[in-house]
Amino acid sequence: MQAVGLLSGLLFGLGLVVSGMISPAKVLAFLDVAGAWDPSLALVMAAAVSVAGVGFAIGRRLRKPLAATAFAGPTRRDIDANLIAGALLFGIGWGLAGFCPGPALASLSVAGSRSAVFVIAMLAGMGGEALFSRFANRRPRPA
Amino acid sequence: MTGFTPLSSLAGGALIGLAAALLWLGAGRIAGISGIVAGAATGEASERSWRLAFLAGLVGALLLYQAAVARPAVDIAAGPMTLAVAGLLVGFGTRLGMGCTSGHGVCGIARLSRRSLVATCVFTAAGAATVFVVRHVVGV
Repeated sequence: MQAVGLLSGLLFGLGLVVSGMISPAKVLAFLDVAGAWDPSLALVMAAAVSVAGVGFAIGRRLRKPLAATAFAGPTRRDIDANLIAGALLFGIGWGLAGFCPGPALASLSVAGSRSAVFVIAMLAGMGGEALFSRFANRRPRPA
Repeated sequence: MTGFTPLSSLAGGALIGLAAALLWLGAGRIAGISGIVAGAATGEASERSWRLAFLAGLVGALLLYQAAVARPAVDIAAGPMTLAVAGLLVGFGTRLGMGCTSGHGVCGIARLSRRSLVATCVFTAAGAATVFVVRHVVGV
């Protein structure tokens, strides 16, 4: 399972570099629909969703994954306030810096302290959410 | 400003999709970066090791690419304060909403999840609205 994780992470990071999405300027150019709009990110998503979709379709024919005992995917189907509020906050942060979690982490070795500031704040935000959700006494959930 | 790069976007996107397909078919896990990061810190031991391996690969991919090909362009216009505020929002929001661009945007939509489709529409609209305000209303 570790080997699969390592290989998947490598491919993911390579995909971020090849697509150019490792660079916040490229992401912000996609989000800037009223400026010099760069639609590249839409094609990245379309290609990624298509290839991943084939993978999930194959997975429906398997009883278990090749290197693990069971599939462990999300099971919830409800659209709740946390989903919407979380996506809103995440989107605002994404639009402010042009970083989402993958590119921020992947660029650590290239962008150094700029990425590190974002990543450290992101980890603090995740910790803050864990405290918040415990305080709000919501039901526990898988990480 | 950046130019439209259709071929490298498709190729890079396909690699990201392949990474997600591999993790699902091989390990039965979702390639959602925010969930992997959170679980690498707090999950049970058996769930931590594959997550740490994935993150090592994610960071290592850039080291390998720099060594073998070139130093990729990472153009960050935001200053430290903006990066810190943005990071806090991204960390808090992705956990509250249970996913980010990879978990909801790539894997969720590929799994035909309505939750993920809604989340992706909301965070993309919020991101676009934020860029609009920053660039065209405040005018930074």
